[in-house]
Amino acid sequence: MPDPNENALRAATIAVLVENEPGILARVVGLFSGRGYNIESLTVASVDAERRLSRITIVTTGTEMVIEQIKAQLDRLVPVHKVSDLTLEGPHLVRELALIKVIGTGDDRVEALRLADAFRARVVDATTESFVFEMTGNADKIDAFCALMQPIGLAEVSRTGAVAIARGGRTLAR
Amino acid sequence: MSAATQHADPAALTMSGAEVVLRALKEQGVEVIFGYPGGAVLPIYDAIFQQNAIRHILVRHEQAAVHAAEGYARSTGKVGCVLVTSGPGATNAVTGLVDALMDSIPVVCLTGQVPTHLIGNDAFQEADTTGITRPATKHNYLVKKSSDLARVVHEAFRVARTGRPGPVVIDLPKDILINKAPYTEAPPEDQPHRSYRPQTEPDMGQIRKAVALLKAAKRPVIYSGGGVINAGPHASELLRQFVHMTGFPCTNTLMGLGAFPASDPMFLGMLGMHGTYEANLAMHGCDVMLNIGARFDDRVTGKLSHFSPDSKKIHADIDPSSINKNVKVEVPIVGDAGRVLAALIAAWKDDATQPDKEALAGWWRQIDGWRAKDCLRYTQKGSIIKPQHAVKRLYEITRELGRETFITTEVGQHQMWAAQYFGFEKPNRWMTSGGLGTMGYGLPAAMGVQIAHPDALVIDIAGEASILMNIQEMGTLAQYRLPVKVFILNNEYMGMVRQWQELLHGGRYSESYSAALPDFVKLAESFHAVGLRATSADDLDRVIREMIAVDKPVIADIAVDQKENCFPMIPSGAAHNEMILGPDQEGNAALVTDEGKVLV
Repeated sequence: MPDPNENALRAATIAVLVENEPGILARVVGLFSGRGYNIESLTVASVDAERRLSRITIVTTGTEMVIEQIKAQLDRLVPVHKVSDLTLEGPHLVRELALIKVIGTGDDRVEALRLADAFRARVVDATTESFVFEMTGNADKIDAFCALMQPIGLAEVSRTGAVAIARGGRTLAR
Repeated sequence: MSAATQHADPAALTMSGAEVVLRALKEQGVEVIFGYPGGAVLPIYDAIFQQNAIRHILVRHEQAAVHAAEGYARSTGKVGCVLVTSGPGATNAVTGLVDALMDSIPVVCLTGQVPTHLIGNDAFQEADTTGITRPATKHNYLVKKSSDLARVVHEAFRVARTGRPGPVVIDLPKDILINKAPYTEAPPEDQPHRSYRPQTEPDMGQIRKAVALLKAAKRPVIYSGGGVINAGPHASELLRQFVHMTGFPCTNTLMGLGAFPASDPMFLGMLGMHGTYEANLAMHGCDVMLNIGARFDDRVTGKLSHFSPDSKKIHADIDPSSINKNVKVEVPIVGDAGRVLAALIAAWKDDATQPDKEALAGWWRQIDGWRAKDCLRYTQKGSIIKPQHAVKRLYEITRELGRETFITTEVGQHQMWAAQYFGFEKPNRWMTSGGLGTMGYGLPAAMGVQIAHPDALVIDIAGEASILMNIQEMGTLAQYRLPVKVFILNNEYMGMVRQWQELLHGGRYSESYSAALPDFVKLAESFHAVGLRATSADDLDRVIREMIAVDKPVIADIAVDQKENCFPMIPSGAAHNEMILGPDQEGNAALVTDEGKVLV
């Protein structure tokens, strides 16, 4: 039976627990480029030194069939311990960290600080003509902040991409 | 802590890394390595020289080493083993690795590497082998510590052999091979790997769902692929049992030929682009489809949106990523094909529902109607040898002689004719490059088969274009006295290319003529083999019999009809019920849309 929704796109935040070994990131990235999957963001860091585990968070979009493929393809990589579709599995937190440089003088500086306060962005560096703000939040919040800063001197942005974790007692234990 | 570190007491280290590698290979049951030496792997070659347990077969090109290991693996069910040097040795092996990846063939390929302190320096014969082979393998390793060596070799064999089998590369820097290294034995089979745990046992709930669907089917079909072959001969035996128990028709993919006996009346022949009319129409018209160990490849499905539109589909595969990749199915089952079949047989017996015998009888009547089209019919008259006739006679004569026979092929029209006209009764007798479609596969694969089965009759059914892609391996046949028979269907064209140009590109035969061919008889003789030639239909049987009788490698150059095309055919972008049955229907190809033309 043709499913009317089968071509509908959805976003997925996927957490992957992997061996912390050389080449693992290349395997994951190569999988996405080789099979033509979309990556919106990808973050990786070691999370358990003793058990040599790293955690990768991938944000992607695709049809349900493609997302299922992505998960199955990730899961069959030899150094992958666990693949979890946080979007599908229930409430979860997504955070991103951004460092945002704003250059300006006079009233623009005052306005920048006021907006930063409203968005709970912290000043982590300041000179007479620049600020660097640090903020965390979901991607939409950072996007909104950057958009507001645009006319008052947004100069440079560095973002981590999303990290995510399930709410409540659920874990990604292998 | 791993066993490797426990043994790392330097005083206990008596073996070089190369010796550790060989000992690990021996423990893994390796009897033969196909390889080619070079600077970076000299320590392993030195260790090979000083032992007798493992035999080394010197190929003439590294691609052939991998295909030979594939032939060895496919005909025995064991892991094939390859040894090549760094840089060009490794890059030459890449085609073979991708071939093994696409066809799920277990191969472990050891590649030499420059010493660890030179990695990244663009040293002589350095290549980023793990980088290059990452998408060409199931998994790969770069060994940077002597203490990892034995563990990695053992793990590589486990990864290659288990789950969905595939090629694994171990990149070995020269200093790691020379330095002393600790040896550790392979962990017990039941000790789980840290992260790699393929699911082999099917979920019984899914099995019961599948059986319920199958029992209620009115027009069922069983479609099996290479997964059944990979699951071992027992799985093929179970497939036969299940088909007979259910009374359902059975078709095999190109990779799955031999899993179900070709002579069995319940066999519909191969399906897909050059499959039989009855197999493809049964797939198109069925109401329940059971796919075991096949992957809904585009060569099988034709136009996806029109593929088997009215059926409920059950798909059993050991690789979860194969399920719902191309075709959405109602009942997915993850597991080893043999275990799935055993579970299906048990559940079929347990389920008291009676299948709809009347509907099934009607379905068989319909199938017999399609069979009556006799879609593989051809006419051999006059002296020009029809290629189909050449394969058919080869089949009939080998059958009459009753010798254990293994067939390999190259890629193209001859490959499809071999699949259509050579009947396989048992698994592991048919070696062909299905997924990657690698011209030059057949001769080296036949070498590997002959090494594993010294007394068997091993025939590479070839085309005159493909065979030239690895013709240098005639030297290997001579060196090891391997009596492989190369049966060339010589139509002086890259026949499948010419066929597509005829059907889709207005007969403009751009670069598909095999110009300046060698004299294959003299070529055979120059490689210490026997050369034979058949130019007329009257010569054919004599040449086939002589080829088989000679206890030496033979090239039999069979001059066949240059214009013959391979039918039946589902044109690209068409559905199963839009098959072209023969040349009189070639006009149908004009219906191929641009959308179809972009497909390969």
